Amino acid sequence: MQTVFEFKEKIEVFSWASAVGKSEHDGPLGRLFDFWDETDRFGKNTWELAESELSHAVLALALKRAGLSHREVAFLFSGDLQNQCVASSAAHVEEEIPFLGIYGACSTCTEGLLLSAVMLNAAEEPLVGAAVTTSHNSAAERQFRTPIEYGGQRSPTAQWTATAGGAFLLRRGEQHPHIVRAMPGIMVDGGIKDASNMGAAMAPAAAASILSYLRLTGTAPADYDAIVTGDLGREGSALLEMLLREKGVFLGDRHRDCGNMMYDPKKSDCHAGGSGCGCSAAVLAGHFLPCLAEGEYRRILFLSTGALMSPASIQQGGSIIGVAPVIELVGGNGNG
Amino acid sequence: MDKQTYGALVKRRAARTRVTSNCLHAFLCGGAICAAGQLLTELYLFLGMAQRDASTTTTITLIFVAASLTGIGVFDRIARFAGAGTLLPVTGFANAVVSPAIDNKSEGLVVGVGAKIFTVAGPVLLFATLSGVVWGVIYYVISLFA
Repeated sequence: MQTVFEFKEKIEVFSWASAVGKSEHDGPLGRLFDFWDETDRFGKNTWELAESELSHAVLALALKRAGLSHREVAFLFSGDLQNQCVASSAAHVEEEIPFLGIYGACSTCTEGLLLSAVMLNAAEEPLVGAAVTTSHNSAAERQFRTPIEYGGQRSPTAQWTATAGGAFLLRRGEQHPHIVRAMPGIMVDGGIKDASNMGAAMAPAAAASILSYLRLTGTAPADYDAIVTGDLGREGSALLEMLLREKGVFLGDRHRDCGNMMYDPKKSDCHAGGSGCGCSAAVLAGHFLPCLAEGEYRRILFLSTGALMSPASIQQGGSIIGVAPVIELVGGNGNG
Repeated sequence: MDKQTYGALVKRRAARTRVTSNCLHAFLCGGAICAAGQLLTELYLFLGMAQRDASTTTTITLIFVAASLTGIGVFDRIARFAGAGTLLPVTGFANAVVSPAIDNKSEGLVVGVGAKIFTVAGPVLLFATLSGVVWGVIYYVISLFA
């Protein structure tokens, strides 16, 4: 039974940080991210270690901004796209924060925030928790697709895994942008087998989550300033609109997609838009949280969209399963 | 919406590959590479090489250039524009071998480069060799009766 979890204690995101690679920095949101690296290497020799360094550095910056040391953090939900989630585990070994590695493909950011809110509600005393999500284009390309220097043409429906990451510190409270409700999404198999069209694979899951959430909470799109999806890209966004229209739901300008916002399609080689779990994490930290804090948005739905598959499952002809957990975020001055 | 209807919708809506401009790019770039190859052959012939040696040296030169361009990270940018124009000549094969070698350097010389160097070109090598053997046998059988 799908359930919207209404949190007794509202969970505020009181500090955050984001970082990106070069092509993300060159995109329309470039100046909103806290730091970036010209070479995408973040001072490391391998792409895998570069992603770990990105994960480590964004958390360090979020902690520094809050004036906290890592010893004061009770748990860390951290995830990435590498096999066995190794970018996250390698990144945070020295911090001695109790660690919970998570994998939700590109839905990891929302998954981590949702789980953090649950943990902080379950604890007896007020604690500080952390959620970090990263993805790295080169590490992902090597693992999921072709060698980085391989000369081939990508399909126009393919998306570009973002080199990006976001870190979030959470605690009970309502002063800062806070999570009021959340809903885990059901997995939806839309029958899409083309790994070059992830947007199409994820759109049915996003549509199912939005429809369920609106129905279960008795709200309408007009109750939200923005309904933000993770990385449907241009293909997935158009399909989401069609799927929702069929059910009589219209999002219009309220729908924002982090994958569409990350790159300028005319200037970059992103094709259908950005993807990767770091994409929605960085856009949440770089754009949506500041907008909520400044009162530009009062209430938003944030659903990172994950395409669950592996290179083997694709080669064996399996379809790509979509999932989209939802969190409802209210600005610091909201009445949530 | 069931999977079939959705699949049809996705297909209808999907951004199309620009076939005409891709073909034009491939024709121009592939043609340019072949013309460069011909020029090289003429040059080697002019330098006094025999026809067979000149052809082989031309192939080696093209492989060397494609491998070097892959190494400095330029080849994939050219290929993005050229498509089949760089893929089909021997340049594409050079890139298909060198790019996984570079990629897997971080895992060491044996389990990295050694084990992964043919991940892209492997099927081409396997089936080209196999079909060579099969045609050899057929040719042999025919020659018995000829």
